[in-house]
Amino acid sequence: MIEQQLSILLVVLPLLAAPIIAVINRSSIAWAMTLSVTVCCLIMSVWMLSGVVDGSVIHYELGGWAPPWGIEYRIDTLNGLVALIVCGIAAATALYAKRSVEQEIPKHQIPMFYCAFLLCFLGLLGICLTGDIFNLFVFLEVSSLSSYALIAMGRNRKALTASFHYLVLGTLGATFFLIGVGLAYGATGTLNMADLSVRLPQAVDTHLVNTAFALIVVGVALKAAIYPLHLWLPNAYSFAPSVVSIFLSATATKVAIYVLIRCLFHVYSVEYVTNTLLPQLLIVMGGVAVLYGSMRAIGQTGMRKMLAYSSVAQIGYMIMGIGFLTEAGLTASLIHLFNHALMKAALFMAAGLFIYRANTATFENIKGLGREMPWTFAAMVIAALSLIGVPGTVGFVSKWQLLQAALEENHWPMVVIILVGSLLAIIYVWKLIEVLYFQPREKMRVTGVASGSENIGRSPISMAVTLWILALSCIYFGINTELSMDTAKSAVEILFAADGGQR
Amino acid sequence: MSTSTLMIIAMLLPLFGALVISRLNKAPNIREVITIITSASLLGIVIAIFNQLSQGNVERIVLAEPFNGIAIAFSIESLGMMFALVASSLWLVTSIYAIGYMRAHHEKHQTRFYALFAIAIAAVMAICFADNLFTLFLFYEVLTLSTYPLVTHSGDEKAKKSGRIYLGVLMGSSIGLFLLGVLLVWHFTGSLEFTDGGIVDGKIPAYWIAPVYALFILGIGKAAVMPMHKWLPAAMVAPTPVSALLHAVAVVKAGVFAILKVTLLIFGPDTIVESGANHWLIWLPMLTILLASLVAMTKDNLKERLAYSTISQLSYIVLGAMLANSMGLLGGTLHIAMHAFGKISLFFAAGAILVTLHKTKISELSGMGRKMPFTFTVFLIGTLSIIGLPPFGGMWSKWYLALGTIDFTGPDFTRWALLGTLMLSSLLNIAYLAVIPVKAFFGKIELGQEIKAKEAPLPCLVGMAIPAIICLILFFYPEPFYSLARAATLSL
Repeated sequence: MIEQQLSILLVVLPLLAAPIIAVINRSSIAWAMTLSVTVCCLIMSVWMLSGVVDGSVIHYELGGWAPPWGIEYRIDTLNGLVALIVCGIAAATALYAKRSVEQEIPKHQIPMFYCAFLLCFLGLLGICLTGDIFNLFVFLEVSSLSSYALIAMGRNRKALTASFHYLVLGTLGATFFLIGVGLAYGATGTLNMADLSVRLPQAVDTHLVNTAFALIVVGVALKAAIYPLHLWLPNAYSFAPSVVSIFLSATATKVAIYVLIRCLFHVYSVEYVTNTLLPQLLIVMGGVAVLYGSMRAIGQTGMRKMLAYSSVAQIGYMIMGIGFLTEAGLTASLIHLFNHALMKAALFMAAGLFIYRANTATFENIKGLGREMPWTFAAMVIAALSLIGVPGTVGFVSKWQLLQAALEENHWPMVVIILVGSLLAIIYVWKLIEVLYFQPREKMRVTGVASGSENIGRSPISMAVTLWILALSCIYFGINTELSMDTAKSAVEILFAADGGQR
Repeated sequence: MSTSTLMIIAMLLPLFGALVISRLNKAPNIREVITIITSASLLGIVIAIFNQLSQGNVERIVLAEPFNGIAIAFSIESLGMMFALVASSLWLVTSIYAIGYMRAHHEKHQTRFYALFAIAIAAVMAICFADNLFTLFLFYEVLTLSTYPLVTHSGDEKAKKSGRIYLGVLMGSSIGLFLLGVLLVWHFTGSLEFTDGGIVDGKIPAYWIAPVYALFILGIGKAAVMPMHKWLPAAMVAPTPVSALLHAVAVVKAGVFAILKVTLLIFGPDTIVESGANHWLIWLPMLTILLASLVAMTKDNLKERLAYSTISQLSYIVLGAMLANSMGLLGGTLHIAMHAFGKISLFFAAGAILVTLHKTKISELSGMGRKMPFTFTVFLIGTLSIIGLPPFGGMWSKWYLALGTIDFTGPDFTRWALLGTLMLSSLLNIAYLAVIPVKAFFGKIELGQEIKAKEAPLPCLVGMAIPAIICLILFFYPEPFYSLARAATLSL
């Protein structure tokens, strides 16, 4: 029973807290509230996931209106897992945020920053939890609008153009999605996802259904930054405030990919998708994304932009797994969703620490910094090794699964691409490591820091500890895969079950 | 103590040592004492495990099971036992030697050096005890990563470039080829367990066996079969004890060890012979033996010449594995130990020359043997053992390898070519290795070279003497390596 209430509390709690934070003018209280809200949400999401991991489904009817007329929150293993990722990363980010935000955001904007952060968090959570496709769109907009604001708060003025670019493309994507939803509604007369999945196959007007499908997929693909719709991502991630790039890189695209999975496998069905061109397209785009993203990452001269392009590549792996349309492939995608969130968050946290100390994370300014910050550097190396997919880290687990899935389907070119992707990852990761460790130290060019400031001298404990928690979990979940693997497997089983997970 | 406890201690002890060592930057003497104590006690523990094994107490430890049916597990068998004995005994020797070398050579970051050295040994122990291919692969990568900072120890431009080649070749081959091989084995058989007689028989289609086997031979880049050998000469920039560790003890031996394991326990020699995969793949190590010897002759840098000699000698072991008959495998397995003791003597001698004479070129060593008779005697012993002359241990492995080539079941031409290669290679060994001590003892000292040379510091001399003496002992009493190698290849 309690789990039912949890599902709505997860959304309501940040929703209540956000406006309160906005009117507080003490930044430390704003931070403390954000942290406690996110931690509460993390606890609730763990609780909720433990309730659905066995395959049962939680239903919550908003306002007591019975679905399909009212909005329904519907939690199965799949969204339980994604919600856990979002909450976990949000809590880690909040723990990390305090000092970094104090440094990067003007003092009077800090409460607003945390307010926007919570709104973004709430939007992403809402997307995960809701069972109503229009409600999903609303949350999509909530999270997008707040993330535009968050990105625009970056100190570099390029953050404004990056944010604007994202806004244009994001709105385009959301509009496509909305039109798609509208058409699907026109064809079936319902907005409830479970209901849609029953009625779509019976719909008379197949043109309408097909068009809706195409629009929804393109809209979501834009949000998920699937190659070639990834253009907004590199700038948005590299010019946003550190805390924002940590949070968004680890959650925003993941949630969009969750929506894609939900729409393909639940709203529409595996049989429907099989008969379209989409699976081949996803596999090819995934393969191209892996190669293109890694190549571009190699060519970058700034740490954050390199990580952003590496995200494009990593999203390619997930898309590829979805494209296989098999249980193994989808499991691999879901595991990678989880694993990539861990490692990318850790890497962006390391970048955030460099920015905290050196005020920038471009290669020419962080030369030799790894020797000065051995702990940060070591944690970064662990996360970077997972990015390559060295055995014993999370990256290996997902790559191994994906390779299995590719072999099962005899997709030899993809097997080669996955391996080549790892090799390219070695190159860009090592480029970073060499810059940080082997390049001779130069006099750090520090700007915007008051003289005698302590920042340059030491890294804040809270930031370093959070980074290490994530780095160690990269190893822990690489060896003990019980949580990620079992949950992903059970989620996939439900999706592939005969009735598509319907009641 | 039970076998499993001992195994866990053997893997954790070096790590614990590394932890303690890394805290002792300010007290170099205590740090070195700790290093010696750790390595000595590791040797003691490995010997204790050996006793357990000879009493038949074999246990299996499962640490974790990341995937269904793929566990991180450890157990012990003869081949791994032999490698563990070689590695732990040579770690002790190298530690003693390193104290003299690092101080006399005024190397920087010595604490980091000793700590990373210990971590690398922990990885080697885990490789020795790996119970399945996945565990082996896991610690194979850990070993690559933990030795990388040792290769780039000096941190200058040259070291950085070498580190890049080192990592690029080793990680590139292991992720691009080795991993693919592991994956294919898993895909076809659904198992990665080391099993006597192999697991692939009848499960992998016959035409797949040769390509998959080739993936392992080339993917295990640490075995340095051409064209995957470039990292070894590049790694020469490292301090000499590192070269000794890399070339005689840890890294390269982990490579050939992995190939032997894959041959014996994943494919099974019988399957390889039946598929005929080795009939043409065996040309790879054969050509490596010859080409590396020829390249070695052209190198004037002492350590570089030794590196090419190592490449050539490693392919003896790979060749022994590919012969896939009892004599060949016995010879190959024995060669792990025999070559280790011989080659480490050579490297220690080269290091001693570097420390005292500051010379790296062979052409400058003429007549120096009379100044440093001890060092060059050690060098001579190492050379003779590598060539395979009695009364040194290296003779036995070459003897069994030669017997193995005669038993080779492939085409007659290949068989004679193999035997010919072994004989020719021994001659080449004389040409490029034996010439060094001979010139040093009997050559003329060049004008302007009348320096007052003395022998290397005492710890170096002690460290050098031990492997040289062992080379001699192994000829008369090749135990326990012979019986372990015998037991490992007994199933044939």
